[in-house]
Amino acid sequence: MALKRKSKQFKWHRKHLLGLRELSVEEITYILDTARGFEQISTRSVKKAPPLRGKVVVNLFFEDSTRTRNSFALAASRLSADVIEFTKKVSAVSKGETLLDTARNMEAMGIDIIVIRHGAGGAPKLLSRNINACVINAGDGFCEHPTQGLLDVYTIRKIKGTLNGLKIAIVGDIAHSRVARSDMWAMTKLGAEVIFVGPPTLIPSTASELPVSVSYSLDEVIEKVDVINMLRIQFERLGGNPFPSVREYSHYFGLTAERMKKAKHDILVMHPGPINRGLEMESEVADGRNSVILEQVTNGLAVRMAVLFLVNQAAAIANR
Amino acid sequence: MNPEILIKNGRVIDPANGIDKKCDVLIIGDKIADIGKIKKPAQKVIDATGKLVTPGLIDIHVHFREPGDEEEETIASGSAAAVAAGFTSVVCMPNTNPPIENETDVEYIHRKARQARKTHVYTMGTMTKNREGTELAEMGFMAEAGAVGFTDDGRGVQDPAVMQRALKYADMFNVVIAQHCQDNAFAGNGVMNSGYYSTILGLPGIDPLAEEAMLWRDIQLIRKIRPGRIRYHAQHISTAGSVELIRAAQKDSLPITCEVTPHHLLLTEECCAEYDTNYKVNPPLRSAKDIEALKEAVREGLVDALVTDHAPHLQSEKELEFLTAPFGIASLECALALFVKALIEPGILDWPALIKLMTEKPAKIIGVDKGTLGVGKQADVTIIDPKNEYEIDVRKFRSKSGNCPYHGWKVTGKVERTIVGGEIRFEA
Repeated sequence: MALKRKSKQFKWHRKHLLGLRELSVEEITYILDTARGFEQISTRSVKKAPPLRGKVVVNLFFEDSTRTRNSFALAASRLSADVIEFTKKVSAVSKGETLLDTARNMEAMGIDIIVIRHGAGGAPKLLSRNINACVINAGDGFCEHPTQGLLDVYTIRKIKGTLNGLKIAIVGDIAHSRVARSDMWAMTKLGAEVIFVGPPTLIPSTASELPVSVSYSLDEVIEKVDVINMLRIQFERLGGNPFPSVREYSHYFGLTAERMKKAKHDILVMHPGPINRGLEMESEVADGRNSVILEQVTNGLAVRMAVLFLVNQAAAIANR
Repeated sequence: MNPEILIKNGRVIDPANGIDKKCDVLIIGDKIADIGKIKKPAQKVIDATGKLVTPGLIDIHVHFREPGDEEEETIASGSAAAVAAGFTSVVCMPNTNPPIENETDVEYIHRKARQARKTHVYTMGTMTKNREGTELAEMGFMAEAGAVGFTDDGRGVQDPAVMQRALKYADMFNVVIAQHCQDNAFAGNGVMNSGYYSTILGLPGIDPLAEEAMLWRDIQLIRKIRPGRIRYHAQHISTAGSVELIRAAQKDSLPITCEVTPHHLLLTEECCAEYDTNYKVNPPLRSAKDIEALKEAVREGLVDALVTDHAPHLQSEKELEFLTAPFGIASLECALALFVKALIEPGILDWPALIKLMTEKPAKIIGVDKGTLGVGKQADVTIIDPKNEYEIDVRKFRSKSGNCPYHGWKVTGKVERTIVGGEIRFEA
C-alpha cells in the first residue's frame, strides 16, 4: 500500500531515528509519504494493521509526557506491536542504574524498538551506539524531537501542499526547545524560511550560524508569515529569569486575537502542546479557525506509525 | 648507593644552563656529577646516540584521585604512568575525597609516593576549607609539610573578597596560588563550550567569559594587592580572551604565570558532536580560533608550563549521558608526543623550547630546585627518542583509567628511559 507510491530508487536504511539534522530531504519526504499511507488506518472501523505483529516496543520515558507517549503507544498498537511502558523520573545527578544498563536489561527481555525520551541531549544516540534494538528519539533534552518536527511539516504540507517558499515563525523559548531545533532542520530542508522569534535571552546566541533569521518583534513578523508555531514556555527548563514576568512576556510574544488581525487570513497556527492558555496563546486563537493544533495531534499518529514501520523494516533487512 | 650511570652520546638539552649539544652525562649517587666529554668508565653505560637527554619532565597538574577514588587512579598507578611517560615529578591537585587541606593530608600523599617509588610526587593544598570558597585553608601548615601551592582546582574561588584574602594571606609564605578560573554564574550547568555545537547538540554551554571574567578579576586583585612574594598561576587557560589578559598582565610585569593542556591545543568543541564523553573536559574544548591564540601565546613565551590535567575516570562513569558524565581526560602517558604534535610539528617550538616548558619553567612555578641537569643537582633525567613513531594504545596504559580520546592516534616522540634521583625507574 503506502510503499507503492514511493520514489523508485530510494531505500530507507536507518534502524534508528535520532534526529532530523542528519536526515536528507529524500529521507524526510519518504517518511512523510509513508505516513500518508498510514493515515487511513485510524479512520477504519478496525484500527489495526499487521506490520509489527510479534514485535515489542518499549516506551522508555525519563521525562513527563502524555501526548507523545500515548501517541507512540497507540501508533505501535495499531501496527499490532506489543507495547511496554517504562516510566522513570530521574534527576540528572541521581545515582542508581545507568541508562545503558536499563536499556540492556530491556533488550535482554527481547524488545525490538526503544522509544526514548530523556532530559539529556544525546541520550538516544548513546543507546543506539550500544544496543541492537531500534532507537527512536521521542525528545532528548533541548536537542531534538524528530517526530514532532515531522508531524509539524506533515501538517503544513498536507494543508499548504508544499513547504517550499513558505515563511514560518517559531515563537518563544527557542534556546531550550527541542521542537524548535527539529522544526528548523525539517522546515529549512524542505525549502521553507524559518524565523526565530522571542526575547534575546531565549534565542541561542549562535543563531547567526543556523539556517534561520531572528526577530525580537512578533508584531513585525506576524504580518508576513504563512505559519506560526507557538512554543510552550517551559518553566521547568528555564534557568534564571530570562524575562521579567509572564505578564510582560505575554505582552510582547503572546498570540492574541488582536495580533491575529494583522496576520494573513490563511495563516496556520500551530502549537506542540500542552498549551499554557492565556500565556503564549489566547484561547480564542487556540480554538480559532486558523488553529491546526488538533490536526497536529492526529497527524502525529500517522507519522509515528510510519517511523515505527520504517525502522523495523530497516532492522529486518540489517539482520537478514 | 645507586650504580654510577654514564649516558653517552645523546643530544643533551638543559635549557636552564643553555645547553644543547651532543655530549655525555654522568650520574653518581643521586646527583648529576658531570656533563661533557666523559672518558671515565661507569658501572652502567647507556648509549643515547640519536636520543635526547633532558632534565626529568615535570607535570604540575595531575589528578591521582587518592585518597577517595582509588578505583580511578592511585598514587602508585598514576606515578607508574608518569614515570613511563618521562615525568620525574608531578603535582597532584587537592580535589580528592576528602580534599588535601591540612599537613596530615599532605604527608599522606608523600608517604604513598615513597611507597610507590616511581616519581617525585608533590601536592598542592586547597586554598579554602573543603574547597567551599568561604574560609581559608591552613596554607601555612601545609606549606611547611611540603605543599607546593594552593588551589581549589575543579572549581574557582567565587567570592572576590575570599580570593583577595587568600592572595594577601599567602603573601606571608613563598608559595604559588593557582586558580581554576571559572565563574560559576557564567558557567551555569554547562557541559561543553557554548557555541554552535552546544546549540545544535542541545547541551548547556560554558561561556568563555566564565574563564575570562575570573581571570580578569584575579589580575585586578593582584594589581591592587602589590604582592611581595606571592605568585599567581592561571591553570589550564583555554580561550583567546584569556591569552589577551595574560599578555597584558605580563606586560605590566605582574607575577602571573599560566599553563596549557594538550587537549586545548589539539581538540575543538566539534569533537563533542557525537556525544563522546571522552571529550567532556573542564575547561571545555573551545574553537579553532582559541587554539590558534593559545599556540601563538606559547610561541610568544606567554605560557610558562605545559601540563596534562590528567583526570582519570571509570569507564562506567564515562558511559553515562554527556550531560551527566564527569569532566576529564586521562592523557599522562601520551603527553610528550601530544605536545610534539601540537607544538613541534607545526614549528611553534623547537625541542629546547618545549623541554623548557616541561622542566625548568614549571619547576620555577612551584618553587622546587629541579628541572635542570646542572652539576650537583638531583639526577632526574629523561631520555627521549624523538623519531620513534607509534600508535597510542589506551589498553597499554599503566593508568587505571582509559578515558583518553587519543586512542589510535599516530604520534612521534617516545620516552626511552626515566631516571629519578639517580635510579633508573623506567626503561622502554
